[in-house]
Amino acid sequence: MTGWFQRLKTGLGKTAIRLTQGIAALVTKRKLDQPMLDELEETLIQADLGVATSGKLIERLKRERFDKEVSSEEVREAFAAAAAEILAPVASKLAPDPRRKPHVVLVVGVNGSGKTTTIGKLAHRWKADGLKVMLAAGDTFRAAAVEQLQAWGQRAGVPVVAGAAGADSAGLAFEALERAKREGVDVLAIDTAGRLHNKAHLMEELAKLVRVIRKLDPSAPHDAILVLDATVGQNAHNQVEVFSKALPLTGLVVTKLDGTAKGGVLVALADAFRIPVVAIGVGESADDLRPFEAMAFARSLMGLD
Amino acid sequence: MFDGLTNRLGQVFDRLKRRGALTEADVTAALREVRVALLEADVALPVVKTFIDGVREKAVGQEVLRSVTPGQMVVKLVHDHLVEILGGDAQLATGVTPPAVFLMVGLQGSGKTTTTAKLARRIARRERKKVLVASLDVYRPAAMEQLHQLAKQAEVSATPIVAGEKPLAIAARALEQARLEGFDVLLLDTAGRLTIDDELMAEVAAVRDLAKPHETLLVADAMTGQDAVTTAKNFNEKVGLTGIVLTRVDGDARGGAALSMRQVTGKPIKILGVGEKLDQIEEFDASRVAGRILGMGDVVGLVERAAEVIDKEEAEKLAAKMQKGGFDLDDMANQLRQVRKMGGLGGIMGMLPGVAKIKDQLAGAKVDENMIKRQEAIIMSMTPRERKDAKLLNASRKRRIAAGSGTTVPDINRLIKQYMEMSRVMKQMGKLGQKGIMRQGLGSLFRR
Repeated sequence: MTGWFQRLKTGLGKTAIRLTQGIAALVTKRKLDQPMLDELEETLIQADLGVATSGKLIERLKRERFDKEVSSEEVREAFAAAAAEILAPVASKLAPDPRRKPHVVLVVGVNGSGKTTTIGKLAHRWKADGLKVMLAAGDTFRAAAVEQLQAWGQRAGVPVVAGAAGADSAGLAFEALERAKREGVDVLAIDTAGRLHNKAHLMEELAKLVRVIRKLDPSAPHDAILVLDATVGQNAHNQVEVFSKALPLTGLVVTKLDGTAKGGVLVALADAFRIPVVAIGVGESADDLRPFEAMAFARSLMGLD
Repeated sequence: MFDGLTNRLGQVFDRLKRRGALTEADVTAALREVRVALLEADVALPVVKTFIDGVREKAVGQEVLRSVTPGQMVVKLVHDHLVEILGGDAQLATGVTPPAVFLMVGLQGSGKTTTTAKLARRIARRERKKVLVASLDVYRPAAMEQLHQLAKQAEVSATPIVAGEKPLAIAARALEQARLEGFDVLLLDTAGRLTIDDELMAEVAAVRDLAKPHETLLVADAMTGQDAVTTAKNFNEKVGLTGIVLTRVDGDARGGAALSMRQVTGKPIKILGVGEKLDQIEEFDASRVAGRILGMGDVVGLVERAAEVIDKEEAEKLAAKMQKGGFDLDDMANQLRQVRKMGGLGGIMGMLPGVAKIKDQLAGAKVDENMIKRQEAIIMSMTPRERKDAKLLNASRKRRIAAGSGTTVPDINRLIKQYMEMSRVMKQMGKLGQKGIMRQGLGSLFRR
């Protein structure tokens, strides 16, 4: 007896939810006033957009809609559109140019941001695209970092160039590039040790790595990717600023977006630095590295969809 | 890491200090700045609100208006309130009937494995306990291998790796090993997990039920943004925490996450990770960290670090020499080495009061490490006789030393002058004796 009733209820469920939301929106429709603006600003700050960028979005909304009837959903939509507008120019993707033989991708970031995992996933994708890929285990500092990359290399069926623990990472990168050239590799991805950007000597080490590989290929690295953890807060600004001083950053990868963190700091970064976002990580498996889509990202940021 | 907040609040209070009296409007204005500063420092919004309300309650009205220096009064109020929020018992439960079981949990990449090794090393060295570590991370490639290598460096035991074993089984085996082999402390490192991953959260809960840990520590990155609150709350609800470990405190993140997580979970921050090396771990002390936030320095940290680094025997030998006024260049080289071990000038300066700005300049100028290294090289380029008796150093000897150490004669003259200065102070100290120093304060050492 409960059978058909249950089915009906489930069937109507979605419609019902939408209806309730619609009504709620109608009922809560009110004039855009200061308390509402404050509440909205807080939503933005809680998504890690930062005080400055949040303020900017709020100012804009205030100019356009103040004292007009709006619903909270409408405003969220408006914000999502504004955020997407900021993000759209930075939405990009990694497109290795196999004619470079090899296209060198250098991956950098602070400790634990997900550099090695990102490289593993990238290798997987490139390999599937039919490219000849090689990885360089440049993290010679952290215990078992080399083994970690080797495991990824094995999974993807891609050779990994590794040296002894504690070896000079610039030397290793040089060696890997030499070998990649010799073997006609399409893409060479170089992993590096995690480093905090406020340690001058470690940043100098990165600059040295770039200098050294340029001896073999003056145009390398063709991509220098900074890997950011989605949970990172306003410190991301410092990271981008300092890393881009040490080497020419060409893109950002945002990892761990499958958690509760939304990576709102990206909007602030896009606003301030305009460095392309080339991929986002949404899970642990190899296929979980996706292209970055400005609108989808902005909507999820505002709690839409 | 707290420098950012320090500077920010410094600006606010500089403005206040320049005024004579403080009106209520000023308090509101100052608190607005404090609010922005805290938000930019990644303190979570609800926590900021509570914090501001708390300070306002105390600040508005007579307390502040009546005080002689209003700026300082607000600083003190903010400081006290910070201490209040941050404070808690940082003691680790190592004293229980062995084995004491520690469960380390956290998001991916927060620093669990490194922290596990650091903690193991610290407990083994400081408390002279027999420590066992075991990795339950069967997901991340080479994670278990990483803990094994670190355990070797830390000189503690690690449970052998059995390929294909499930986390729960590893935990059971590690517990068994700890009991049978008489370990005092067992540290269980777990895989990084997202709090919305029900399966993995259930897994770690199962490990908790099996191991009945005395400490369940959330390892969290000091750079975490607003999401720190969600993470901490979820881990606390689903696994149950006893404390928090804050990592990458040596970065330049403002560290608001510390405030947020403390407030939301009600669990104390117990340990700070302050570097990549295994000995770079510190006890958490609320008043110290709050002091650092407000630019009052971290003298306790300096003393603690010094005590650990400076070789006791060396120190005693030096003290004996000082008594006789026989401080030579070998001793100076020793001191330079110790300064370097303490994290260089930058490390020391960072812990001294009110030098956040100087530290930035130092980092910019990159004078720190190299200068000390060069001075060490100069002394190392001297003959043993010259090191015993600096008076021997004539022009030709100086030229030889300059060539040997890759420096110039003026560099050497500067070093000698510095040495003379130091030995003069040492002689003074020798004469004053222990009591004298205490009475006159350390300031007497630097008087010219």
